[in-house]
Amino acid sequence: MKNNLIVSGSPHIHKQESVPRIMWTVVLSIIPAGVAGVIIFGLDALWVTLVAILAAVLAEAVFEIWTKKKVTVMDGSAVITGILLAYNLPSNVPLWLPIIGAVFSIAIGKQVFGGLGQNIFNPALVGRVFLMASWPKYMTTFVKPLSYDAITSATPLAALKEGKILEHISYLDLFLGNRGGCLGEVCILALLIGAAILLYKGYISWHIPATYILTTAVFVYIFGAKQLFHGDWLFHILSGGLILGAFFMATDYVATPLTVKGQVIFGVGCGLLTGIIRIWGGYPEGVSYAILMMNAATPFIDRYTKNRIYGSR
Amino acid sequence: MKNLIKEFTKGIIKENPTFVLVLGLCPTLAVSVSVANGIGMGIAATFVLLGSSIIVSLIRDFIPGKIRIPCYIVIIATFVTIAELCMKAYSPELNRSLGIYVPLIVVNCMVLGRAEAFACKNNLSRSFFDGLGMGVGFTLALILISAIREFLGSGQILGHTLIKGFEPVFIFGMPSGALLVIGLLLGFFNLLKNRKI
Repeated sequence: MKNNLIVSGSPHIHKQESVPRIMWTVVLSIIPAGVAGVIIFGLDALWVTLVAILAAVLAEAVFEIWTKKKVTVMDGSAVITGILLAYNLPSNVPLWLPIIGAVFSIAIGKQVFGGLGQNIFNPALVGRVFLMASWPKYMTTFVKPLSYDAITSATPLAALKEGKILEHISYLDLFLGNRGGCLGEVCILALLIGAAILLYKGYISWHIPATYILTTAVFVYIFGAKQLFHGDWLFHILSGGLILGAFFMATDYVATPLTVKGQVIFGVGCGLLTGIIRIWGGYPEGVSYAILMMNAATPFIDRYTKNRIYGSR
Repeated sequence: MKNLIKEFTKGIIKENPTFVLVLGLCPTLAVSVSVANGIGMGIAATFVLLGSSIIVSLIRDFIPGKIRIPCYIVIIATFVTIAELCMKAYSPELNRSLGIYVPLIVVNCMVLGRAEAFACKNNLSRSFFDGLGMGVGFTLALILISAIREFLGSGQILGHTLIKGFEPVFIFGMPSGALLVIGLLLGFFNLLKNRKI
């Protein structure tokens, strides 16, 4: 009788969900984009991804053993960091680049803050930005799609920035991924399949991706051309890393706001920053910087969008 | 004598101005791109520290408390001007690469901090060794940071290439790299400090 009267603290209702379960589902949902990347850019893409995953997992294990913490490599979060980092790299980078990037992501982006749940930035993006600032030469040479040899090509956004006209790229090409770019960002179709899984499972909410993409679209529609209200918004949605960023990186649980209101602010902020960087900035693509900047703003957003406690004024 | 040696050595590790007191970060961040810059800046700051500590401790009884800071600034600025003119005369190249950060030693919080916290309360010999120790500690910290940054950022130390085929990590030549290096070193020194206790 006594055993039935254990009173524990809340929460009292338990779900099946757990961190490893969610993380491995995210891993699963993001695999289609990688498969598409391998089809488009050849086996190089596969090696880059595998090396990044391995380096991220090893770095996490070594760091956690070194600091005498519980080793949490099996929860899949390091695997996601590795995959996302690799998806943000061109497929023809030398293999030491993903290794350094993944170690940096895990060590500086995640573990110095105290591990999963403590990081203020998305670790994969920290790694990407580090690589971008350190070895821009490797980070901005892209392989031509479906050629399987070392012909380089510019990404559509970079070509746009240089003022070239992009007549030969149709929206369908962009949607299926027949363009130069980072290996995981090109195939919008595969990314949307993964995003649909996550949305269906309820692991991500639609607020951040929807507001993010919508804001970017509206912004480039207004300011993206010489005349106001003539911007090619569909092109901007389908090119660059917007879809990958909006669904898989801007929805990081740890570094994004908690409330719906906060998430909408986060999404709109990301969209505005992405549009500003794409149209007026020095880089052709601004998704990673936009998300990192809004990550930095997240504590403030959380502070000012706190839900009213029931019964308080 | 033992006491004086202690005043000297505390500035190098136990109260290192950069890693423990976290003073004078502005020049540290700005000039630590190359080891040569770091050494030049360190020597200039050591000279200023030493001179201002001596003068401040000598006239500490004559300075009215209410206007002590302006007095310190005047003294410090005098030595900074001496250092700057010497640097311009004997090593114009170094002066050019350090740029505005030489005159800015005037407002370096480390120099003012030692005058305010130490020299105005202690006699000449103690202030002398305190200033010297702080200066040496600052110089060593600058050399450490700039060696890491120069090696990673350009693959060189003092202009000599160490490893052939090393791909420089550009970020360490940029301000963000300085912040990264200083942050990690600060963490490392805190780790050492916590281990000892």
